[in-house]
Amino acid sequence: MADDNSIIYGLEFQARALAPQLAETEAVRFFVGTQSLKFTQNQIHLVELDEEHSYVNTRVFPHSTGEIWSVSPSPVSADVISTCYNTITEDNSCVMKSALWRLPPAETEDQTDVDQEGGSGSHHSSMNPLECLCELDTMQHGKEVKVSVFHPTDGSRVMSVVDNHFLLFDVGESSPKLISKGTLEGKGQPRFMTGKWNSHHKCTQFVTASECSIRSWDLREDNKQAWCIDGAHSQLVRDFDINPNKQYYIASGGDDGSTKFWDVRNPSEPVISISDHSHWVWAVRYNHFHDQLVLTSSSDARLVLTSVASISSEPDGHLGAPEDEVDSKNGRLADGILATYDQHEDSVYSVEWSVADPWTFASLSYDGRLVINKVPKAVKYKILL
Amino acid sequence: MADFDDIDNPYNINGPNFCPEMYVQKLLKGSSLKQVMDNEAEIVRDTQSLHSDMQTLVYENYNKFISATDTVKKMKSDFRVMEDEMEQLAANMEEITKSSQQISSTLQETRQQFTKLLGVHSLLKRLQFLFKLPAKLSARIKEEQYAQAVQDYIHAQRVLERYGNMASFQGIQKDCEIILGDLKQRLRDQFKNKEASAKDLAKAVDLLLQLSEPADQLCAEFLAHAETRLEEQLGILDSFQEQDLLEFVDMGSKGFLSDLCLVVASYNDMFINRHTSDVHASDDFETLATGQLSKFVMERMEKYFALVSSRVEKQQEVGETLILVRALDRFHRRLQAINTLFQHTDFTLTGTNIALKAGRRQCKIHLQALKGHFWEALTRVRQTLAAPKAAGQDKDGPSLPELLTSVVLATRVKVKNVLQDLLVFLQPDLMFAMKPMFREAFCVDGVREGLVVGFMHHLTATARGFCAPGHHSVPPALLLLLSKMCLDFESTTVRELLSHTDDCFDAGVTSSSAVTPPTELCANMKAAAQDLLNHYVRMQGLTVSQMLRKSVETRDWLHTIEPRNVRAVMKRVVEDVAAMDAQVGLLYEEGQRAERSSDSSRRTHSMSVSRQFRPNWSSYASSQLDQSAIATNIHKLFSERIEIFSSVGFSKVSILTGIIKIGLKTFIECVRLRTFSRFGLQQIQVDTHYLQLYLWRFVADENLVLFLLDEVLTSTVHRCLDPVLMEPSVMDIICERG
Repeated sequence: MADDNSIIYGLEFQARALAPQLAETEAVRFFVGTQSLKFTQNQIHLVELDEEHSYVNTRVFPHSTGEIWSVSPSPVSADVISTCYNTITEDNSCVMKSALWRLPPAETEDQTDVDQEGGSGSHHSSMNPLECLCELDTMQHGKEVKVSVFHPTDGSRVMSVVDNHFLLFDVGESSPKLISKGTLEGKGQPRFMTGKWNSHHKCTQFVTASECSIRSWDLREDNKQAWCIDGAHSQLVRDFDINPNKQYYIASGGDDGSTKFWDVRNPSEPVISISDHSHWVWAVRYNHFHDQLVLTSSSDARLVLTSVASISSEPDGHLGAPEDEVDSKNGRLADGILATYDQHEDSVYSVEWSVADPWTFASLSYDGRLVINKVPKAVKYKILL
Repeated sequence: MADFDDIDNPYNINGPNFCPEMYVQKLLKGSSLKQVMDNEAEIVRDTQSLHSDMQTLVYENYNKFISATDTVKKMKSDFRVMEDEMEQLAANMEEITKSSQQISSTLQETRQQFTKLLGVHSLLKRLQFLFKLPAKLSARIKEEQYAQAVQDYIHAQRVLERYGNMASFQGIQKDCEIILGDLKQRLRDQFKNKEASAKDLAKAVDLLLQLSEPADQLCAEFLAHAETRLEEQLGILDSFQEQDLLEFVDMGSKGFLSDLCLVVASYNDMFINRHTSDVHASDDFETLATGQLSKFVMERMEKYFALVSSRVEKQQEVGETLILVRALDRFHRRLQAINTLFQHTDFTLTGTNIALKAGRRQCKIHLQALKGHFWEALTRVRQTLAAPKAAGQDKDGPSLPELLTSVVLATRVKVKNVLQDLLVFLQPDLMFAMKPMFREAFCVDGVREGLVVGFMHHLTATARGFCAPGHHSVPPALLLLLSKMCLDFESTTVRELLSHTDDCFDAGVTSSSAVTPPTELCANMKAAAQDLLNHYVRMQGLTVSQMLRKSVETRDWLHTIEPRNVRAVMKRVVEDVAAMDAQVGLLYEEGQRAERSSDSSRRTHSMSVSRQFRPNWSSYASSQLDQSAIATNIHKLFSERIEIFSSVGFSKVSILTGIIKIGLKTFIECVRLRTFSRFGLQQIQVDTHYLQLYLWRFVADENLVLFLLDEVLTSTVHRCLDPVLMEPSVMDIICERG
């Protein structure tokens, strides 16, 4: 399906965690965290796309404390990330922890390569170990840390999602301080699936997914629930994303195999509901620049690029475009599937757009295969022209 | 010899120019002696014969001439006698003429006198009549013999007009006029009299017209009076809305319509046809009169139609089609009568429209009834489906196929009954049913498209409604049943009902674009069946998924004991799948399996396949795990992608495959989110082995189950801190014991 050559990079471990390097706006870079139960083997890969030569440069950092379940980049410092990882204690039981890390500065290229079996044409270089900035104290609040996400603009604020709590830490100083704590009460031990800052409303809301619903919490008012989409999906909500350019609009994906688009002011019914995947939808992501482009990844091992032009922040295509030059069919992007990517052979648990280039995205499947793709040229021109 | 044929030839002996000298000379010159002698003999012979012929002819002619001379002589003597007799006749005639003139001159005088006397007598008679007239007229009026009186008057009128200047006659005329004034008044009074029948009225008008009253004024008066009468009729009719429809229509026809007919007929006679005799100015009047009449009739008829329409509507809320149709027919027939009288507007058209409307409404009512019935049938099915569970495992309730056939049959019968009922509208003895306008609109729009096709669409829509996300409490068996029902409809019932409709209502004949083809309906049904089945699979898959998910999520896999048993939940899964298999098997055929082998060899066979997939499972050392990952990856390269939430086929194995696929995929995904100890892994190993032993029989391709279970185990191995697998023999023993 992809008309541009896609680049495949193989990791030797299974992996779920993928994130773009947020503070880096020049190069197309992604963080990948591996999942191996031989805890010391785990690594963070910083993968950089070299567009001219169509290969990837990689820096690999050992993450020996445990298997990585999620990675979040700092919005201000390109070299700071947070990870949630699973590690083992002395009494042979697993615990989940979360920590902030600083990448060692990039060194000259003459470091020795570590032998890798993965993708061809990729360069690996082993680096100095990560510097642990701090560990977030989540243990006393719950067992399972889902994510620790940075405030969208403030690098000193981190929100951790643990079981049925979300904990706001101030990490500006040497030791992280718990500022605020929100809790989802309910019967049957509710648990959050994931959480995200809402970059609208001056970042005063935090949005979480739990079971079948999506909730927004107002951080100013003692973490009171702001709104809730109950029964967003008939089964678990796996992921959601907030339209970065149009407030009130969010997208969600779940175990019923469908992707839904919501106007949170009307939580009873989705604006659009599509079922393009033949299994659970694990990740859904708006393009930051052109929010009519939405990526979804699924455990059917597919990636789907969908257009929701009708509810995007630029509904009539690019403004000021000479409409009569392009015929009406091509003039505007219609809703529906733009491309399906079949390069993965296992469940694709995450997908991310690049921060630096609006047309590039990466997807990671469980077998450790990272694929970097570009939006088809035809689609790109339709949006730009 | 050609020379002799030529007439002018002098050598031709028969020609007029024959020259004997030349002939002889030529003969002498050109012939031998013998020839000359012969020739001479011949000529002599010819001459002799000619001579004798001539003699005979002369003798015959002479005889005839003598007889003619005799006849002429005889005629001469006869004519002389005749001349004498004629002279005698002429003398006699003259004498006769003379005597006749004498007689007539003597009788002349007496005759003139006689004629005069006769004239005087008749005049006297007429005068007597005139003198008696006033008294006679009053007497007639008293006896209410108005017609006679008018006739008498008209009779005398001319005389009166002629002699009107004489004083004695003026008196008579005045008297007559007074009496006539009275008469006219009486006649007009009749107009205003509500009791007067239309016939009386017509008579009165006729008389008034004879008395040369202004016709247009009379028209207006006549109509005004008729209006009050007819309005009254309508009023009565309106008050009888509650009556039986047939009676109602009869009353309308007998009361209102026949009166109207009478009015129109008499009006026609009186005002329109009458004036055709005097040509001048009658045209103007006729158009005026016709105009008034048509306006009048239209207004009345409109009211009448409105009344009938509303009554018919009321009828449809309760009544039987047969009565309705009978009434409509009667109503329509009666319209025919007014149509023949009043040709400017075709009232039967409006009548047909009313019938058509009624027909359409009937279709709609039936459609509603059908919908209601279908819904009831579904509700009953739901109740029966829910009942056995409440009452325990009672086998008394009807089984799924029985329910299905009962629903399908009942629906089919209902539709056919409705069609039968509607067929009444098309009975050949119905007037309106014969109109092509009615037939086409009713058959195609009303019955076929409106009722049958509409109902089919309703069926699919209702069935699909159960797939909508809002419906949570739908029992899966109902979905299955509906799916099969749609399939049944698709395969036979749709076509059967449609062709039945087309046969009964010959709607298929007009195969215009307005007619929905059966293929479209079938496609709809099939799509609905597919949707329902997919939904069923998703629901049942979800049930299995939930069990597996809970079983994986709620256990602490790091601190589990060495497996001794298959976990109960796995048995439950197998039981549930078996129950679903039984349920589906009631309605759907077995379907194609990828490969089949006899049951006895099945187990060993499946085991061997499984061993091929993952050689030496048990001997995996942890160091070999990467190798195994590569092996599975290679396997994945060559096997096809497995679509989890995909469409299933209309067969048992396909449906069950769909359900099991969904369940096992969930199993994989859940396992990947957990961390296992050695015993945890071994428990999963036992569980998957158990599933493998029992699930193969339900699916189309057992390799699929093997592959998915393999993936479960591989994923578990990857998520295991201490991946050591159990001995297959131990596993077998545990599973067999379970």
